[in-house]
Formats: sequence, C-alpha cells, structure tokens
Amino acid sequence: MSTTKTTLGRRSFLKNVSLAGGGLVIGFSWLASCKEAPEAKAMGIEMPKEWFELNGFLKIGDNGIVTIMSPNPEIGQNVKTSMPMLVAEELDIDWANVIVEQAPLNTDIFTRQVAGGSQSIRASWEPMRKAGATARQMLKQAAADTWEVPVSEIKTKEGVLIHEASGKKASYGEMASKAATLEVPEEVVLKEKANFSIIGTSKKNVDGKKIVTGQPLYGIDTQREGMKIAMIVQPPAFGMQLKSIDDTEAKKMPGITNVLVIDAYVDDQKIGFFDQAAFPKMAVVVGDTTWQVMQAKKALNVTWEMAPEYAKEISAFGRTFNVKRPVGLENTNDHIKAMQQVNSQKITLARKDGNPEKAFKNADRVIERSYSCPFLAHNTMEPMNFFANVTNDKAELMGPIQTPEAMEHSISERLDMPLENIDIKMTRMGGGFGRRLYGHFLVEAAVISKEIGAPVKLQYSREDDMTNGVYRPAYYATYKAALDVNNNLIGFHVIAGGIPESPLAANRFPAGAIDNYLAETWSIDSNITTGAFRAPRSNFIAGAEQSFLDELAEEMGKDPFDLRLELLEKAKNNPVGENNDYDAARYAGVLELVRKTSNWDSDTSKNRGVSAYFCHNSYVAQVLDLEIENNQPKIKDVYCAVDCGIVVNPDAATNLVEGGIVDGIGHAMYSSLTFKDGKPDQKNFDTYRLIRHNEAPENIKVDFVQSDTDPTGLGEPPFPPIMGAVANALYKATGTRHYHQPFMGSQEFKG
Amino acid sequence: MATYNLKINGKKHQVDVDESTPLLWVLRDHLGMVGTKFGCGVAQCGACTVHIDGNATRSCVTPVSVASEYTITTIEGISENGDHPVQKAWIEHDVPQCGYCQAGQIMSATALLKNNPSPTDEDIDNAMSGNICRCGTYTRIKKAIKTASNTNLS
Repeated sequence: MSTTKTTLGRRSFLKNVSLAGGGLVIGFSWLASCKEAPEAKAMGIEMPKEWFELNGFLKIGDNGIVTIMSPNPEIGQNVKTSMPMLVAEELDIDWANVIVEQAPLNTDIFTRQVAGGSQSIRASWEPMRKAGATARQMLKQAAADTWEVPVSEIKTKEGVLIHEASGKKASYGEMASKAATLEVPEEVVLKEKANFSIIGTSKKNVDGKKIVTGQPLYGIDTQREGMKIAMIVQPPAFGMQLKSIDDTEAKKMPGITNVLVIDAYVDDQKIGFFDQAAFPKMAVVVGDTTWQVMQAKKALNVTWEMAPEYAKEISAFGRTFNVKRPVGLENTNDHIKAMQQVNSQKITLARKDGNPEKAFKNADRVIERSYSCPFLAHNTMEPMNFFANVTNDKAELMGPIQTPEAMEHSISERLDMPLENIDIKMTRMGGGFGRRLYGHFLVEAAVISKEIGAPVKLQYSREDDMTNGVYRPAYYATYKAALDVNNNLIGFHVIAGGIPESPLAANRFPAGAIDNYLAETWSIDSNITTGAFRAPRSNFIAGAEQSFLDELAEEMGKDPFDLRLELLEKAKNNPVGENNDYDAARYAGVLELVRKTSNWDSDTSKNRGVSAYFCHNSYVAQVLDLEIENNQPKIKDVYCAVDCGIVVNPDAATNLVEGGIVDGIGHAMYSSLTFKDGKPDQKNFDTYRLIRHNEAPENIKVDFVQSDTDPTGLGEPPFPPIMGAVANALYKATGTRHYHQPFMGSQEFKG
Repeated sequence: MATYNLKINGKKHQVDVDESTPLLWVLRDHLGMVGTKFGCGVAQCGACTVHIDGNATRSCVTPVSVASEYTITTIEGISENGDHPVQKAWIEHDVPQCGYCQAGQIMSATALLKNNPSPTDEDIDNAMSGNICRCGTYTRIKKAIKTASNTNLS
C-alpha cells in the first residue's frame, strides 16, 4: 500500500465553488434545462433529493448515486469516461451508479485541463485516484464517528461502508452528509494495482446514448435566446490581408443584422503559444440564421492587399519561439523544389555519435533515400465554432476548445478583462487532432459579441475551416546508411527539415543503436500557419524512418524484424551516446508481440509491412497486409501491439488504436493540401481526400502488452508508425518503393 | 420567404423561410433539432444524412421547398427511446469516438438495412462510403451494422 499526500484542501474546493458562481450544482448539465440530468435519465438512474460535495471532483447523493466531474476536454479520446473511472476505482463505487459531468474550467483544482500531447490519463493518474481515495476516506471517517468504532476497522465494497465486528453497514449516501462536513484528509492510501476492479475493465462511452440519439452535446449545438449567427469572410490566400469592405448589398440581405470588420488580435497584444491565427483581421457577417448569413457573405464586396512581414516573439514552456511569416504568395511546386535542395538550407547539427564522416568515407556501399509529405488540414468533422456572450464586465464562452485555460488568458488580454470575469465552458468536440489547441475562433467570437452587443455563435463553413487552418507542416527527410563489405551497418545519417519546422527527433531510435550517427536539421519560413497535428513531427518522421529501415534490411539481407531487434538489442545492452529517448526493451517488446500475433515468421505469402515507433511515452508496432485489386491497394489485416502501461478502459483504448490506424492509413495514402499563389487548392471534401469506409482495413487486431507500469499516451502513438507499414506493404505488393505521401498520388495508382 | 409545412418524425412543423434554405438549417436553426449535423454543406461527408421517404438523403443540399413534399425522419425520430436495433448495436460495439458523424452514419445504416436486411461487406461499403468518419471508426461501424442486420427490423 502506498500513502500519498493529497492536494485537495478545503480551500481549493471552496474556491472552485465560488469561482463557478456559487451553488453545489454549478458546471453540471450545461445544456440541460430540465431538472433531471439527462445522463441519469438515459441510464435509468433515479436522482437523489440532495447532493453532498466531498471535493471538487465528486458529489454523492443521499441515495448513493455519485456524480464525478470529468476535468478535461473530450475530443473523442474517451477521457470523459476513462478519467472518472480513475476516481470511481479509488472511491470504490459501482460504476452503474456513476453519473459523469463535464467539469468547469478551474485549474486550481483540476490542474491540467488540456486535450493534447496524449497526456490526460498520464497526468491525472495520481490526482484523479487521490480524489476518489480522499472521498472514500472521509466516508469511512463519517461511519467510524457515527458507529463509534476505529476508522481502521471500516471497510468499503462498491458504495457500502461495512464494520464487520458489529455487523453494521451503511451506503455512501447515508454517510455523505456527515462526510461532507469533515476535514479533507492530508494523506490517503491508494489501492494496490492488483486490487483494481474498474481500471482495466471496459466501460461504455458515457455519452454513447446521447450520441446515437442525436441529443445536443457539441459546441455547434449551442442555442440561446437572442443568439445571433456570425460567419467570417477571410482573405482568399495566405500572404494577403483585408483592406476594405463594401457592405452595401450584404446589409440589405434578409435576416442580416450586422456587417463589421474585426481585429481578433491587435498589434500590441501579448500573443500566447496557442494564438496562431492566419488572419487576425477579418470581415464578419452577422444575422438571424446560418443560411441567411451564408448568402449575405456572397454579397459582401471585399478588397484584399498583400500582408506585410509578420514577426512575433512568444514565450511559452520556458522557451522563446519566433514566429516569422515572410511576405509573398507561396506555391507547393516552389516548396517541393526548396525542400529538395537540402544543401542550400542552413543546416544545424542536432546529434553526433562516433565518427560518421569516416564511416561514410570507408563504406563499401551507401544507401540514400529521401521522403516527403504535404501540408494537411485537420478537418475535424465539426467545423470551428464558438459561442460568446460578452458584456461590459463579463465574458461567457462555450464550445469546442482543447486549451480552455490558455484561451482564457487570450480573451483576458484581448478584452482587457480580469480572468475571474471570464467563463469558458467546454463542450464535447467533434474531433480535435490538434486543430482546437489554437483557439483564435474563440477570441473572434468574443470580439464579435462585444462589438455587436449580443450573444453570438461564430460558425465556420467547411471552406472557411479548411482554408484558415493551423496545418500539419510539409516535411522532407533524407536518410543515408553506410554498409561495410560484410554488410554491417557502420554509419547512419538523417537530415530532416520542413516548412516551417523540422520533424527531426534526434535522440530517438535508431540513435543509440549505431556507433557512428549524425542527425541534422533545417527549416524554411512560411506564411502558411501551421501547428500540432495528431503526433506532431512523429506523424511524418516515423513513416520515413521505418520505410528506410525496411529498405536497409533488404539491402543487408535481413528480415525487417531481425534488423530492428538487433539494433534494439545493442541499444539495450551497449547504448551509444547519451539522452537516448526510448526504452529499448519496451520497444523490442511490442515488435516481438506483433511478430507473434501476425504469425510473421510462418505467414510468408502475404504482402506485408512492419513498422514500429515510440512517441508520447508509448510504444507501438504494427504489421499491415494488403493486396492489389483492380490496380488499387486493398488493406486486408492490420495487427498492432501497444505498450502504454496500464490500460484503463480496454475496449475504448482498442477503439482509439483502431482509429489511429485508419487515420494514419488515410493520411499516408490519400490526403494532401496544396497551394497555388497562397490559395489552398482544396477547400472541401470534394477535392480534399479523407479515407472512406471502402478504404478501411478489413480487420484490425489490437493487443496491449500486459503491464503494471503507470499509464502513458494513447491518442497519438498508434498514428505515426502505420504510415511506414503501408509503405513497406505497398513495396511487397507492387515492387515499387513509395517515398512521397500521399502514396495514391503516384502515377502507378493514378493510371 | 414562404411558409412550408414539414412532416418530421411523425409531427407537423410550420416554418417561414426562403425556399432555397436547406433542410439541414431548417432543422438546426428553426426547429432546434440539432442531432442532424453540419459537416461540409456540399453532400460530401454525410454528417447531415436524414431519411426522406425512407431514403438516406443529404439534408445540407436538399431545399426546404423539396423536402416539404415528403416524409422526413431524423436521428431524433428513428426510435422512441433510442432503442432502434442500429442504435443498440452502436452502443454494443461502443462505436463512437468523437461521435459527431455518427448520427449521419446511423441514418445511412438504417436506410441500408431497411432495403437490404442482410448486406454483404460490399453492400455496406457501397451504402456507407458517402459518410466520412474522421476518427476512423469504420471497422466498428461495419461490425455494428452486421449485428443489427441479424436483428428483425420492423
């Protein structure tokens, strides 16, 4: 048993209540106007007459029903179900008696309320369990006081307090009122992992019933008395800005109430890391209904001009970031040419082990291959939107945002309003993938509401969304391997860059496994806005590296599993250099597991590719089988092994891994965003290709490494490696190596 | 502006809108039925799928003037208590991740099963490929459709 300090003092809890506006039920059921919580109704739970809050994370009803707050933004990664499971485990309550509600934004209590970096479960693993254990301890104390027995003699079982010696029993509901008056304990005992009864068992998505019945859940579903609809009119190209508008015709259109120009960000404003905004100044049309506003947008005459150079310094995460956007209208063809001329870039050394120059000089053979990928739009299915109601002294916002705390600061800065007067409510999100880390649309909504003096929902069309992105950068990487006469790998060189950032992770595998290793990096400035996209940088470099290793294995006459495992064996027993950013044994573990589950060694007739990668603290290995049917690849089976430590909600975790695989196949094979004179060529799903039903694998088999290590990331890690598995399987099926994403853009498949 | 009488989920609704207004926005903005989702506005993603006389139809490109002549069913109306076999299968397989596209997926799936109670994989691909799921739940959707296909659909 481990005793751990709690941070859930009464004060921070009381602060939560007062901040949220008073009352015990604040933050609960934000969309429900009916008295009964819809969650409870959907689950057939009878609501208690009275609630007792034991700490900021949970409240217990007089009938034993428990409401657990889910702190983090839900983007489809299952945190709204999985995080409360951690509380319920330590509270020791029957999951059937749990209602989950989205917590208000309050990082004094809930610390890290972010959907990003695959860190939600990892970062909340202790705090969420402590919240449950603290409440359980208070309930036990209440029972001990009532029955006048030592608290050490009180046991709990699924919401019931038991004193065996006297035969006394009481439900949590019976003791909740008394428990709520007790001091929050400073130390609690957490369960042994072997005694978990909720963690590690599959629980259904707590919003599942609402989703399949079409109940309001998402930001876009927000409706309010007197609410207006606002839509933006933005520059047609990156590198341009708004000059002036003529609203004569637009204003006359039916249902239109306002046409205005807004500055979402002003020049002297302090900019945060998540304030990436392509077009700080934009025209806005406001009206009664979405369709009316869409029509009026077409009637608005706007004049554009070239944007000047933009340069900002941003301090974040203890570092300084320089955002620089040069003048000009950029083209994909020019981007590709510039990236191919690697030697004309300003190259920076990232890591050097041994004497790579000598190794390459002495090599019998040098293998050199280059890989690339295009910009990508996140394309969350729910286009960007946000509700705002800003008055002179208050700002209420509600909608889909992955970084509510950071954006609260942005709103405060832009509106010159104290943080405590700003309330941002989190809704379930129709996808995130990193796009909703960058909440300029939330600032835009707030500025619009303030300007027009009314509650407003800002709604992006799909075209607005796709052409005003914070895109996945375009990347390019060249790998070189030096082989001696005996086919030994004696040197390795990776030089990687991109627009506007490099994808290189210099300390990741195969760094540490090769004596003479060189990693170099470069980047090219651009005025196309970019940012995090599911597994940033890894989402390209994993596929490139794993394709190169496949080709290298073939050159060396080795099985691709064997080559990887030999390198990992060296990294484990005799690592080269320092700061190697992976655990070689766990890395090898997922490879060995998927080698077994895919029957790699006996099933040799298939066109299959293997790939493995480590990111966001987790290890994933995959084998993908495909066949060519009617000159098109058809993915058959995908086998996946994951080591993410303890798996909290196995079926949901499996779903997330399956989704990452489908997502990765789709982006590697089909998706691309290209530019001509600063304009995105793709504006909607008729030209932007996303993977569809008929292109998904026939079967996906996911296995988790059995582990009692604390949980690590899962939303991102399954996504990057599959791109390498696709490339390697395509080679087996066609005899042609595919180096440039999207693979289906190659002449071979275009026909 | 004109007045339209709509038959939605067995109830009559009257709206006063421009004739070009897509059914999607009539549902969402005028009638407060937000289960039908906006995804692309050009019939490419399927998030807005409803049934018009039982056929899966993209409501984002269906003008109210056309829709008013037919019987309309939305995600809110395919069952009384969320217990349509397809909805139950979706829960059984815990299909949704973000969940945003799932109303449209379910509407396409229910229309498919009504016409073809035992679809093959190819039938499912053909009927469902107009519905994008950005989270990649396609394999689960297929399993759920197969589960529901064994159920006696009324």
